[in-house]
Amino acid sequence: MKIHEYQAKEIFRKYNIPTSKEKVAFSLDEVKTIAKELSFPIVVKAQVLVGGRGKAGGVKIAKTPVELESHAKAILGMNIKGLIVKKALLAEGINIEAEYYVGITIDREKQTAVLISSASGGMNIEEVAQKTPEKILSTSISPLLGIKSFQVRNIGYQLFTDTLLVNSFVTITTNLARVFFDLDCSLVEINPLALISVNNEKKLMAVDAKIVFDDNALYQHPNISALRDIESEEPSEVQAKKADLSYVKLDGNVGCVVNGAGLAMATMDLIKRYGGNPANFLDIGGSSSPEKMREAMKIITADKNVKAILVNIFGGITRCDDVAQGLLWAMKEEKIALPIVARLVGTNQDKARSLLENSPIIFAETMSEGVKKVTQALKG
Amino acid sequence: MAILVNQNTKVIIQGITGRDGSFHAQQMLDYGTKVVSGVTPGKGGIDIFGMPVFNTVRQAKEKTHANTSIIFVPAQFAPDAIYEAIDAELDLVICVSEGVPTLEMVKILAYLKDKKTRLVGPNSPGLISPGICKVGILPGIAFKKGKVGVVSRSGTLTYEIASHITKAGYGESTVIGIGGDPIIGTNFIDCLRLFQADKQTEAIVIIGEIGGTDEEKAADFITKNVTKPVFGFIAGQTAPADKRMGHAGAIIAGGKGTAAEKIKAFEKVGIIVIYEPEDITQKLSTVLK
Repeated sequence: MKIHEYQAKEIFRKYNIPTSKEKVAFSLDEVKTIAKELSFPIVVKAQVLVGGRGKAGGVKIAKTPVELESHAKAILGMNIKGLIVKKALLAEGINIEAEYYVGITIDREKQTAVLISSASGGMNIEEVAQKTPEKILSTSISPLLGIKSFQVRNIGYQLFTDTLLVNSFVTITTNLARVFFDLDCSLVEINPLALISVNNEKKLMAVDAKIVFDDNALYQHPNISALRDIESEEPSEVQAKKADLSYVKLDGNVGCVVNGAGLAMATMDLIKRYGGNPANFLDIGGSSSPEKMREAMKIITADKNVKAILVNIFGGITRCDDVAQGLLWAMKEEKIALPIVARLVGTNQDKARSLLENSPIIFAETMSEGVKKVTQALKG
Repeated sequence: MAILVNQNTKVIIQGITGRDGSFHAQQMLDYGTKVVSGVTPGKGGIDIFGMPVFNTVRQAKEKTHANTSIIFVPAQFAPDAIYEAIDAELDLVICVSEGVPTLEMVKILAYLKDKKTRLVGPNSPGLISPGICKVGILPGIAFKKGKVGVVSRSGTLTYEIASHITKAGYGESTVIGIGGDPIIGTNFIDCLRLFQADKQTEAIVIIGEIGGTDEEKAADFITKNVTKPVFGFIAGQTAPADKRMGHAGAIIAGGKGTAAEKIKAFEKVGIIVIYEPEDITQKLSTVLK
């Protein structure tokens, strides 16, 4: 689960990670009130759960109240990669002398958490890693021991010469690791970690913040679950989650209902191979019920791009007759007129066949046959 | 010969009194697996399907001489169940539970380093040596004893591909689902090493998907260590970036872990890539009788 920058910064401040003076605004009126509490220049930052907001014009600097109002007007309601901006973070502008990167994530290859740091902050860290891997400093963190100060110091002395800054880096990074482990994160990131001067004293500060939580651990953190911004998620995906279906919306024209994530992906790939375009990923899960199947069909047919549907079931625990029953209910209740191709094999496949006998459903024996038939149906 | 599970496998079911645990206990018994006891804390002393239920894994192991366990408990109790099975020094532990937090798995793998136990999963459908032993939720009907070793990150896609191998008459030595999570106990390389050494296995099928770099590492291992013919399938060519495709581990993150990269890595080392599950039959016919 992703959260907004302003929410991540609130967590940072609780863990004594310094951030700029800032406040979030949900409306233009709030922008005006907050402006009185901050001093200019003020940076207006779109709060949206997708990267690349800077390039999309979602970050602007205002030197005067008039500028602030026009920037806020432009940003609130802005469309960034399909998401509408509903909140803006107002932050006091600071004079940045240098930008660093520090983040902690799970390294799947090393099977542990890793601390990643770089003197090339402010840029896309994946690009830095790809083009100039020598600029990335990384160290594994033992999940049993946690992060050790010396590990951070080793990196700190490669980034800074001033011991005061190294100490500040150690404190910030150690606190960042506490956030990571306390809250079961899959990523915590400060980019940029800015070097600034306050009264001739050099300091480090988190200018941006990113936290991604492990969905599987959210049950342990009700306060974090409460931060979920459902409004900024795809509505059909929210609906699917409620029905305990694993669904990802795509922009194709063939709706797919499959049991199992691997088979669902393979079905999408095969549709593409035969000239169609998958409209979604959908896994109805292991233990099927007619109700779940009905819900799956509702979600898929609500997508107006869908012109044909392929149901691909390899029944083990999933019973084909359950799937057929749900399919019949959905066709009746939703008055589905689209062509449906069903490939139902495995547990209770004969029962499923007889249930669907008098329906307009097109049968297929194999996955490839099902895909061929559904792409033919597209052509009318 | 098969790998990991055979006629000597004696199984404990952790979570045997739950809905999934009891259903699959019956399925495994029906298949002929030597399921010897169950464990559910607080329910020790009762009998289920004629088998004793114990409060702890240690008791179950001592009284019924089990060497393998399969875990069906809800995700929040799964880490403790895994630790308990490792501590009881079982040879093999299979975790079916889906939804174990990643950081818990990272800790478990660190704990597992100097232990004798092999962990498969979590989020694994288990494994089957057809005709001999099934420890998992795989539908027995899709498999038949034979000469192809199958290792996969998914469940139903594995049944789909294996059923073609079965229909064509080649059959399987062992089919193993290593699990769809990002951090798992047994990986492709562990299984490839075992299949290479197994006399019954004449060809190997590796079924991967988007996310991580396990397929790339497997390809590298194959060039150096595997002499048997290897066939590969990768799911997720049409998956968008940064979206979790059902499995917690199936995500293209930071532009890494795409199907294209994995297919390229396979082809580079001579793995025969199949693009349609049913094509496996024709491809196998080029190397097997």
